[in-house]
Amino acid sequence: MLRALSLEPDRCTGCLQCEMACSYENEGVFNPAKSRIKVFAFHTEGRFAPYTCTQCDEAWCLKACPVDAIVINSETGAKDVLEDVCVGCKVCTIACPFGTINYNSSSGKVIKCDLCGGDPWCAKACPTGAITYVDADSTGLERMRAWAQNSPSGSASFVTPTEKDVQHYERVQL
Amino acid sequence: MAWTQKILRVNLSEGKVDSEPLNMEWAQSYLGQRGLASKYLVEEIDPKCDPLGPDNKLIFTTGPLTGTMASTGGRYSVVTKGPLTGAIACSNSGGYLGPELKMAGWDMIIFEGKSPKPVYLFVNNDSAELLPADAIWGKTVWEADKILHDVHQDSQIRIACVGRSAEAGCLYSAIINDLHRAAGRSGVGTVMASKNLKALVCRGTKGVGNIKDPMGFMQATENGKKILRENAVTGAGLPQYGTQVLMNVINETGALPTNNMQKVQFAGASKISGEAMHEPRKSDGKPNLTTNAACFGCTIACGRISTIDKNHFTVQNKPEYWGSSGGLEYEAAWALGADTGVDDLDTLTYANFVCNEDGMDPISFGATVAAAMELFETGAISTKETGGIEFKFGSSEALAKAVELVAAGEGFGKDLGLGSKRLCEKYGRPELSMTVKGQEFPAYDPRGIQGMGLAYATSNRGACHLRGYTVASEILGIPEKTDPLVPDGKAGLVKAFQDATAAFDSAGICIFTSFAWSLDDVAPQINTACEGDWSTERLLEIGERVWNMEREFNLKAGFTKKDDNLPPRLTTEKADSGPAAGKVNELDKMLPEYYAVRGWDEQGVPTTDTRQRLGLS
Amino acid sequence: MDHLIVGAGPAGVVAAEYLRKHDASGNVTIIGDEPEPPYSRMAIPYYLVKRIDEAGTFLRKDPGYYDNLGIEVVKDRVNAVDFNKRSASLGSGGTRGYDRMIIATGASPITPPIAGVDLPGVYHCWTLDDARHIIKLMESGNNVVLIGAGFIGSIILEALAKSGVNLTVVETENRMVPRMMNDVAGGLIKDWCVNKGVNVLTSTRVQSIEQGDPLTVNLDNGDHISADMVITATGVASNTDFLDGSGIKIDDGIVVDEFMQTSIDGVYAAGDCAQGKDFSTGGFNVQAIQPTAVEHGKLAASNIVHGHPQQHHGQVNMNVLDTLGLISSSFGMWMGVENGDVVERVDRKKFRYINLQFEDDYLVGASALGLTDRIGVLRGLIQSKIKLKEWKQKLQNDPTRLMEAYLANTQALG
Ligand SMILES: Cc1cc2nc3c(=O)[nH]c(=O)nc-3n(C[C@H](O)[C@H](O)[C@H](O)COP(=O)(O)OP(=O)(O)OC[C@H]3O[C@@H](n4cnc5c(N)ncnc54)[C@H](O)[C@@H]3O)c2cc1C
Ligand code: SF4
Ligand code: SF4
Ligand code: SF4
Repeated sequence: MLRALSLEPDRCTGCLQCEMACSYENEGVFNPAKSRIKVFAFHTEGRFAPYTCTQCDEAWCLKACPVDAIVINSETGAKDVLEDVCVGCKVCTIACPFGTINYNSSSGKVIKCDLCGGDPWCAKACPTGAITYVDADSTGLERMRAWAQNSPSGSASFVTPTEKDVQHYERVQL
Repeated sequence: MAWTQKILRVNLSEGKVDSEPLNMEWAQSYLGQRGLASKYLVEEIDPKCDPLGPDNKLIFTTGPLTGTMASTGGRYSVVTKGPLTGAIACSNSGGYLGPELKMAGWDMIIFEGKSPKPVYLFVNNDSAELLPADAIWGKTVWEADKILHDVHQDSQIRIACVGRSAEAGCLYSAIINDLHRAAGRSGVGTVMASKNLKALVCRGTKGVGNIKDPMGFMQATENGKKILRENAVTGAGLPQYGTQVLMNVINETGALPTNNMQKVQFAGASKISGEAMHEPRKSDGKPNLTTNAACFGCTIACGRISTIDKNHFTVQNKPEYWGSSGGLEYEAAWALGADTGVDDLDTLTYANFVCNEDGMDPISFGATVAAAMELFETGAISTKETGGIEFKFGSSEALAKAVELVAAGEGFGKDLGLGSKRLCEKYGRPELSMTVKGQEFPAYDPRGIQGMGLAYATSNRGACHLRGYTVASEILGIPEKTDPLVPDGKAGLVKAFQDATAAFDSAGICIFTSFAWSLDDVAPQINTACEGDWSTERLLEIGERVWNMEREFNLKAGFTKKDDNLPPRLTTEKADSGPAAGKVNELDKMLPEYYAVRGWDEQGVPTTDTRQRLGLS
Repeated sequence: MDHLIVGAGPAGVVAAEYLRKHDASGNVTIIGDEPEPPYSRMAIPYYLVKRIDEAGTFLRKDPGYYDNLGIEVVKDRVNAVDFNKRSASLGSGGTRGYDRMIIATGASPITPPIAGVDLPGVYHCWTLDDARHIIKLMESGNNVVLIGAGFIGSIILEALAKSGVNLTVVETENRMVPRMMNDVAGGLIKDWCVNKGVNVLTSTRVQSIEQGDPLTVNLDNGDHISADMVITATGVASNTDFLDGSGIKIDDGIVVDEFMQTSIDGVYAAGDCAQGKDFSTGGFNVQAIQPTAVEHGKLAASNIVHGHPQQHHGQVNMNVLDTLGLISSSFGMWMGVENGDVVERVDRKKFRYINLQFEDDYLVGASALGLTDRIGVLRGLIQSKIKLKEWKQKLQNDPTRLMEAYLANTQALG
C-alpha cells in the first residue's frame, strides 16, 4: 500500500523540527534553507502551514524534465530526482505549480521531497502530529475534517505533543 | 563540534566589521551563549564603564545547541552591562533569530563603540554590512520590521530590533525579534539604541553541521523530547496554558504580588489567568487565545498567540492591533495586571502588544506603573506630574495610556521609562520601589515563596525569576517539593538552581525544559554534539563558574553585600492573606548561609579557594 | 488503430508514451528525421559545457526503451501528407498510412538576412549536429560572436561564456531577452553578463560577415570584430514546409483548436510547430518552449484516445534562464495587461528584481531575477486562477510572499 504525507496546518506550532530533520537526512546539516519541507507562517492569523511535494498524480516536474531525471520510485511512489542525470536546467522548478521542487545552487541540481525512501524524517520529528505518514487513501481530508470538527469555534485551539514511541533515525544517504 | 567557531566583531564607531575565530579554550570552560559571551564581556570591558557609553559592548550570542534538533534549540542571548542596574546583564530570547545567526555561520556578534549615525547590521551568511537606518529610526519595531522586509525583499530574513522607547532612553527597553519575542530584561535594548544600532537583520542558509556524533545526537535529542512530551508541565500544561498556567496556582499559594506588592493575592487573578484566555469573550464570542506557538526547534510550544476584541476601547479604529500577535506570558500578565490591580484581559493584551511593538520589558514596565500608582495614591505625585492621568490601582485607562507614553517616550512616559527605582527616588519615596539592584521584581512574592527572596536578592542581573527558579521546587515540587514558607535549606536550593540555570543558559536551550529535564538529560545532548567529554558534573561546574564570574564583574562594578537585599516592604510588612499570611521574607537568615555554600566570604566575595577551584584567574 | 507521430522531439515522444499507455492494442509509430535517438534540444547547452555526453541529451536513457514499450521509432522524413488518403510520403520513398496523426515537427531557427551567414564557421545552435561543430571551436581564447540575445541566445551565451571563449553578443533590441524581460530586468541581465566579462552590445546590428580566417563581423556602429566562430540565434519558425499545399490550415504555426486538433479531422499538432492556445490571452500562438511541447503532446494524445474530453485551457508561457549564475524567470503576462495592477521591486546592487502583474483579484503574470525558491507557485497562482482577495494587497506590500498567498487561499487556514 502506497503511503503519503498528510499535512495538517491546524496542528502545526511552527517549531521547524521537520525542516531540520529533512535537511539533516538529505544534506547532513540542520538547515531549513535546504529543507524539502517548508513551514509558512501567517503571523496576523496566528497560523502555520507545513508544505511540501504531495507527489501529485500530474507530476508536472517529471514530465517537464528534458532528460528524464525525475522518476517514479516503484516502492514509495515518490517522484525522485536522479542527481546524476539532472542537468540543472530548472525547467521543472517552473513547471511544478506548487513550488515544491527547487534549485539548489550549491549542487547545481534540483531537490524535492523523496519521502526519505519510505521513512520520512519530518513526520518522525514533528511533535504534534501535524505531519503524519499515512495510507495514501486516507490522506488528509478525512483527518483534517475530523480535526476541524472537534475544535468548535469559540474556544481557543492549542496543540500538545502527540504520544509516540521513541523514534529511531537512520540516515539512508551519505 | 556544534559551534561555528566564528565571531563577528562590529566596531560601530569606525563602521568596521571583522571575523575572528572563537576562543575554543574558553568554549571548553564556558560552553556558549550566556557563559561564553559573559566571559568575552568580562575580559573586554571595564566593569565601571557607563552602560550607555561607547565603552560598553553588546554581544548577541548563541549556544552550541542553538540551531540544532535539540528541543528548544532556538535560543540566543544578549549580554552587556545593563543600564537599569549597572550589573552584568544577560537576556535570553527564543523565536527564530538565534538559529538564523548560527546558520549564517556565527556563534556571536560583538558590537563595540557607537555609530556616529543610526545604522543596522545586515548579516547574510559570510557577509555582514552596516547599513544606514534612516528609514527605520524613530519607527516602532513592527513598522521597522515591515520596512526592512520591504527593503530586503526576502520573507525569510529574521530581524531583531529596538523600538521607539529605547531610542527615547527608557531604561528597560528590550530587543524584540520575530515581532514578539524579546531579549527582555535589564535594558539591553537601551544599550543597543545608545549605540545608534537600530536592528540586526539576519539571513543564514549555511546551516549547522559539524555534530560530533550525528546519530548519537539524534538519539539523545529524541530521548530528551520523549521526556518533554511525557511530562505533565512540558507535555500538557505549558502547551495548553503557557506559563499562564501559574496565575491561579500562585494566587492560591498567596504569592501573587498585588498593587505594587502591598498584597499577596489578587481578586481578579482568575480573570487574567491562562484559563481565562481560553474563554470566549462576551463581546465577540472569540477567545483571547488564538493558538499556541513554538519557538524554533521547540517541542513544547508554550507561546501564546492572542487577539484583542476589535471593539475594545484600546484598539477601536486601530486595525494594526486587530490581528493575532504574541499574547500574555505569566510574568507579563502579572506585572501588567495583578501588580497594577488591572483585571481586564483585553487591556493587558493591548499593553503587552505595545510592549512588543515598541520594545519594552513588560515586567519592569508594569511594576513601574504599579509604583507610580502607589506614588499617586499616596500623594507623592498628582495629575500635574502624570499629565492628567489618574494613576489609580485597577485603572485600565491609566495602564493603556502609560504604555503608549513610554512607547513613544513622551510626557510622563519619560518618568515611567526611568524604572521604578529612579522614579520613586525622584519623587522622594525610594522605599516604594520593588526592585533589587535597580531591577523590578517578577511575579512571585518572596513572603509566600521564601527561596525566591534569596534568589532575587542574589541574582546577578537584579531581581529576576530566571536566574534561580526555586518556584519549581517550592510550589511545583520539581525536582522535589520543599516548603515555600520556610527559609531553611533554601540557600543550597538557590545555589543549585542558579548553577544549573547558568548551564542551561549556556547551552542554547530554553530554561523551561528544566521543568522536565535535569542536567542529566542535557549532558548527553551536549556530549554527542560538542567536542570533549560533557558530564552533568562538568555542566554544573560550568554553571557555578559562570555564576562566580558574573558576581566578580558586579563586585568590580561597585556592588557590595548591601546590594544583595530586598525592599523593606518584603522583610517588614507581613503578608495579609492566604497561606503566607503573617509572613515576611527571612532573607537575613538565608543570606549568610548562601555565602557559605557558595564559598564566598562574609562580604559576599568569592574566596581564593573558590576562585581557584573554578579556575577563575 | 494506427497512430502516426511526425517528429521525435519531446512533444512527439510524450504523445507516443501516452498513446501506448492508454491504447494498448494500437500501433504507435514515431517518424523523426534526425539521426540520433529522440533527444532534447534543451540539454544541448549542458553537452556544450561537457556536463553530459551526447547520450545525456536523450529523452529516454534506456536504449531498448521504445522497443520494450512497443513504440516504433522510424528514422525518416515526412515529405508530404495526403490527408484525404490518410497517407504520409516518406523521404526514403514509399508512404505510410495512419488512422490518427500527431504532427510534432518542432521549429527551426530562422536564418537572419545578413550577408555571409552561409559561410563556414557560422552556425545555428539548434541540433546535436550543430552542437558537434560548435563544441570543436569552443576553445578557451577563441573569439566568438553570438548574434541574438533572446531566450535561446542567452542560454547558449551561458554555455559559451563558461567555456572561456572571448564572447561578444550582438542584439538589435535595447536589452537582453526582450521577449521575456522588460527594460529594467533585461538591462540588469546585461549588466550582470558584462560584469562577468561578456561583451554585450545591445541596440546593435550585424551588417555582414566577411570571409577570412578569422571571419570579420561588421556592425552597424562601424566596428569590426574578428571571430573564429559566429553563432546565430535570431528566432525560430515552425516546421510546416512539408505541409504546403496539403490543405491544412497554417498561420504562424499549425492552427489547432482547444483539443489540439488541426483543421483536418483526426490530425493533431503539438509542440513548437503548433499554434496552441495561450492561457493568459485566450488567443493562439506558438510558444516554442519545452513544458508547452510536453503538455501539448499529452493533450493531443489524450484527446485522441478519449475522444475530446480535455478542453485545453491553454498553456502559461513561461521561461527560466540562468545567465552565468543570475537566474531569471517569466510567467504569463509579465508585461502586464490593460487596467491591471502591478507591483515591481528592484535592487540593482544585488541584481534582484520581481514584478507581479494583476488583473482584478488575480495574478496574471510575473517576472523575476535572483528568485529561485518555490517559483513554480507563480505558475500555480496564475494557472489555478486563485482569487487573491486580501492577499493581493499583501503581495503588493511584499511580493516575495508568494507561497503564503497561495497557501492562504488554498488551505483552510482560518
Ligand atoms: C539550445 C536550446 C536550448 C533550449 N532551452 C530551452 C529551455 O531552457 N526551456 C525551454 O522551455 N525550452 C528550451 N528550448 C526549446 C525547446 O527545446 C523546444 O521548445 C522543444 O524542443 C520543442 O519540442 P518539440 O517536440 O515541439 O520540437 P523539437 O524538439 O524540435 O522536435 C521536433 C523533431 O521533429 C523533427 N522533424 C521536423 N520536421 C520533420 C519531418 N517533416 N519529418 C520527420 N521529422 C521532422 C525535427 O528534426 C525534430 O527532431 C531550447 C532549445 C534549444 C535549441
Ligand atoms: S514536485 Fe510538484 S509537480 Fe513534482 S510531484 Fe511534487 S507536487 Fe507534483
Ligand atoms: S533541473 Fe534537473 S530534474 Fe529539473 S527538469 Fe532540469 S534536468 Fe530535470
Ligand atoms: S515539526 Fe510539525 S509542528 Fe513543527 S513546524 Fe513542522 S509541521 Fe509544524
